[in-house]
Amino acid sequence: MSTETLRARLRLPGLDATNGVWPALAVALIVGGTLVALDGGSLFSESSTISLLQRAAGLGIVAVGQTIAILAGSLDLSVAYVISLTSLVAAETMAGSDGMVLPAILLVLVVSAVIGLVNGLLITKLRINAFIATLGVGLLIKGYLEQGYAGPAGSVPVSFQHLGYDRLGPVPLSFLLFAAVAAAVWFTLRSTRYGHHLIATGGDLDVARLSGVRTDRVLIRTHVICSLCAGIAGLYLASRLGAGAPRVGAEGGYDLESIAAVVLGGTVLAGGRGGVTGTVGGVLLLAVIDGVFNQLEVDSFFKQMVRGVVIVAAVAVYALRLRRTSDRRKAAVA
Amino acid sequence: MQPDSDQPLLRMRGVGKAFFGVRVLDDVDLDLHPGQVHALVGENGAGKSTLMKIASGVYQPDAGTLELSGKPVTLPHPRAAQAAGIGIIHQEFNLLPERTVAENVFLGREPLRRGLVDRRAMHARTAELLAGVGETAIAPQTRVGRLGVAQQQVVEIVKALALDARVLIMDEPTASLAEHEVELLYNLVRRLQQRGIGILYVSHRLTEVFDLSGRITVLKDGRRVTTLDTAEATPDTLVRHMVGRELSHYFPERAAPGSAGAARLQLAAAGNGRLRPVDLELRSGEVLGIGGLQGSGRSALARAVFGIDGFRTGQMLLDGVPVRVRSPRQAVRAGIAYVTEDRKGEGLALSQSVLDNALLAQRAVQPRWFARAARTTTVRELLDAVEVHAAGTGQEIRYLSGGNQQKVILARWLAMKPRVLLFDEPTRGIDVGAKAAIHDLIRRLADDGAAVLMISSELPELIGMSDRIVVMRDGAIAGELPAGASEEAVMGLATGAATSTEVPA
Ligand SMILES: Nc1ncnc2c1ncn2[C@@H]1O[C@H](COP(=O)(O)OP(=O)(O)OP(=O)(O)O)[C@@H](O)[C@H]1O
Ligand SMILES: [Mg+2]
Repeated sequence: MSTETLRARLRLPGLDATNGVWPALAVALIVGGTLVALDGGSLFSESSTISLLQRAAGLGIVAVGQTIAILAGSLDLSVAYVISLTSLVAAETMAGSDGMVLPAILLVLVVSAVIGLVNGLLITKLRINAFIATLGVGLLIKGYLEQGYAGPAGSVPVSFQHLGYDRLGPVPLSFLLFAAVAAAVWFTLRSTRYGHHLIATGGDLDVARLSGVRTDRVLIRTHVICSLCAGIAGLYLASRLGAGAPRVGAEGGYDLESIAAVVLGGTVLAGGRGGVTGTVGGVLLLAVIDGVFNQLEVDSFFKQMVRGVVIVAAVAVYALRLRRTSDRRKAAVA
Repeated sequence: MQPDSDQPLLRMRGVGKAFFGVRVLDDVDLDLHPGQVHALVGENGAGKSTLMKIASGVYQPDAGTLELSGKPVTLPHPRAAQAAGIGIIHQEFNLLPERTVAENVFLGREPLRRGLVDRRAMHARTAELLAGVGETAIAPQTRVGRLGVAQQQVVEIVKALALDARVLIMDEPTASLAEHEVELLYNLVRRLQQRGIGILYVSHRLTEVFDLSGRITVLKDGRRVTTLDTAEATPDTLVRHMVGRELSHYFPERAAPGSAGAARLQLAAAGNGRLRPVDLELRSGEVLGIGGLQGSGRSALARAVFGIDGFRTGQMLLDGVPVRVRSPRQAVRAGIAYVTEDRKGEGLALSQSVLDNALLAQRAVQPRWFARAARTTTVRELLDAVEVHAAGTGQEIRYLSGGNQQKVILARWLAMKPRVLLFDEPTRGIDVGAKAAIHDLIRRLADDGAAVLMISSELPELIGMSDRIVVMRDGAIAGELPAGASEEAVMGLATGAATSTEVPA
């Protein structure tokens, strides 16, 4: 028992279930770096590092939100459409004027929070399966976007484009924003009651409820935060594109990509186990793979295939490890 | 024994509850006084757990009222019950294996410091509470999934205590405890009683009911049959109230000495990480009892034979033929069945029907079309034989009472007509009436030529059922005893106080 205590004390926050992604990231960097070098390029040049981090930022912010939805035993398939919608809300409200930046940001946050609220209410009060509920809400938004917009609309003032293009050394501002969102959520999970209740709800809804957790509220709140993350990503994309784009979310595949990043990071799809640190690793891993393929100029079909293989392999490894630990647990009981 | 305070802590009047139109509780009254242990007994499915869940805010009653210290209350959520000082240890497992002991104990009530969860306080309080129940081996930082069943039960108890409850409900708290841990629980219950806490105690073990309680309420088919002082009750009257008929529980007749058939299962120096090399012979037609304390390697032995944690060394023979069983599937195909002790955790497809669950093992190893009709008929007969109370064989198994779920699993394995049957605590959580039926069934299987290995912590059952008793200690066989050995002899071997002359380890 004493070694157990020691191990529990030494355990680094969040690295417990998710450490698999870091070696994978190292391997990807080494193998990818070598391949790119053989091809005559460099994966670690300033320009490619910057574009890599930038790519990570947008997906990362969404994936952090997705992480808590999945941790809570839920899921959000509407994020891609929320991104498109909020990029439009931002750009149209700003309409090129500096003075409207702040109101636009606030409006985006309100809109995305309301969408999250709807998701949460559908799931908890009407007991609709999260997959169906969020897909439905997503399609509703999609319908609205297709009805109302043929192409990009609105415009973002230069002052707001700093978010998309400024850097601190080699680190893009947007990446810092991603880091800040991730850190905030990490801290929430670790040190707030809500965070503890969220993990408990995902671990076992009945146990959480019987222990006095108001699981409905937890789930609703989680969906609001997840949607807010998507809204922030929408803001970022609007600042990058200089306008709102009705298909930017869906074309970027932010729904499935964010889920992939979460799973790569070791968060269990059934909920209750995992964390934000792993997701950061998962996001970086996907960004590196992307970066490598872009530099090698491989065709996109092959690229998709490799990503698929990586994700399936990761899930298989995690499943295997999970089974081993649960076997060990049962053996310990005997 | 009843403390003379006329104001009950908890008063339930005319409580009724129906699920999907099926009446589960009807006009039930119950009073619990401070410092009283009030036992609640009844057959599987009588409604005990449902009543307890109403008292703890999990279910809302359709009829009736609840009063706490004279004031009417409604408990719309478990949280409301907690706030009112009602703690409950559920019959089902109620912990998160992925979270630490402290996180589980304080789930829903995490201590705060400047608005944030105060881990240090949480760990300190948990350690205190654990020490308070005499359990110092568990660190608050340990993940619950790493603890054994008994230790997890201690955590459940501590979790309920952390509330500072005035009313503590225990729904079959000893179902997963070994003998010496039960003693620990007794002490705990008495200590809480002295602090003036009212305790509602659900159990199928009448010994516990008579040892602990001051008053007893008997439920049958959702109605209160009677409430009486324990001093006025006898086990016989109690059983009559519960079952509604006279029940003299004699164990079925053992096999005639020397009548056991050929050796079915033989182990020759078979061992693995958890078991020192074991020599054992199990004959067709006999019931071999395995005694020992929790953790002595009894379950490890069954798991090894069944191929979950297979043997690494030595040999295993089935009907004289050496076999290697590396997975449960191979074991099932070789004609071995295993009824595990943790039937809730390992055995059920919760959202499937009773019938599907009962047919699971057969379907897994036989083609679908194989003797389909016959299969279904046998299973139906078996479900009847073990007295499963369900709305029908099509009902989802999650809605069955705890004891009835166990009976379905039992039926599942019996339906396999196995050559070798491994039972791990076959009647744990099962009511007195059905217990006798299961004992008869086990004996009948042996008489039909199966070889039965039965692990049991209940000494009367172990001694009453077995043709031979093998006692284990520290992962090895401590000795063997003949049929009808005394409880002292079994405990002596199990604890190491005595050594056997027959088969030295
Ligand atoms: N959520 C539910 N939905 C439908 N039926 C239920 C539900 N919970 C319990 N029941 C039914 O109510 C009856 C009483 O169940 P309960 O769990 O209270 O029995 P019990 O007395 O605790 O039995 P045991 O000794 O087996 O634990 C059973 O017939 C069960 O099938
Ligand atoms: Mg029950």
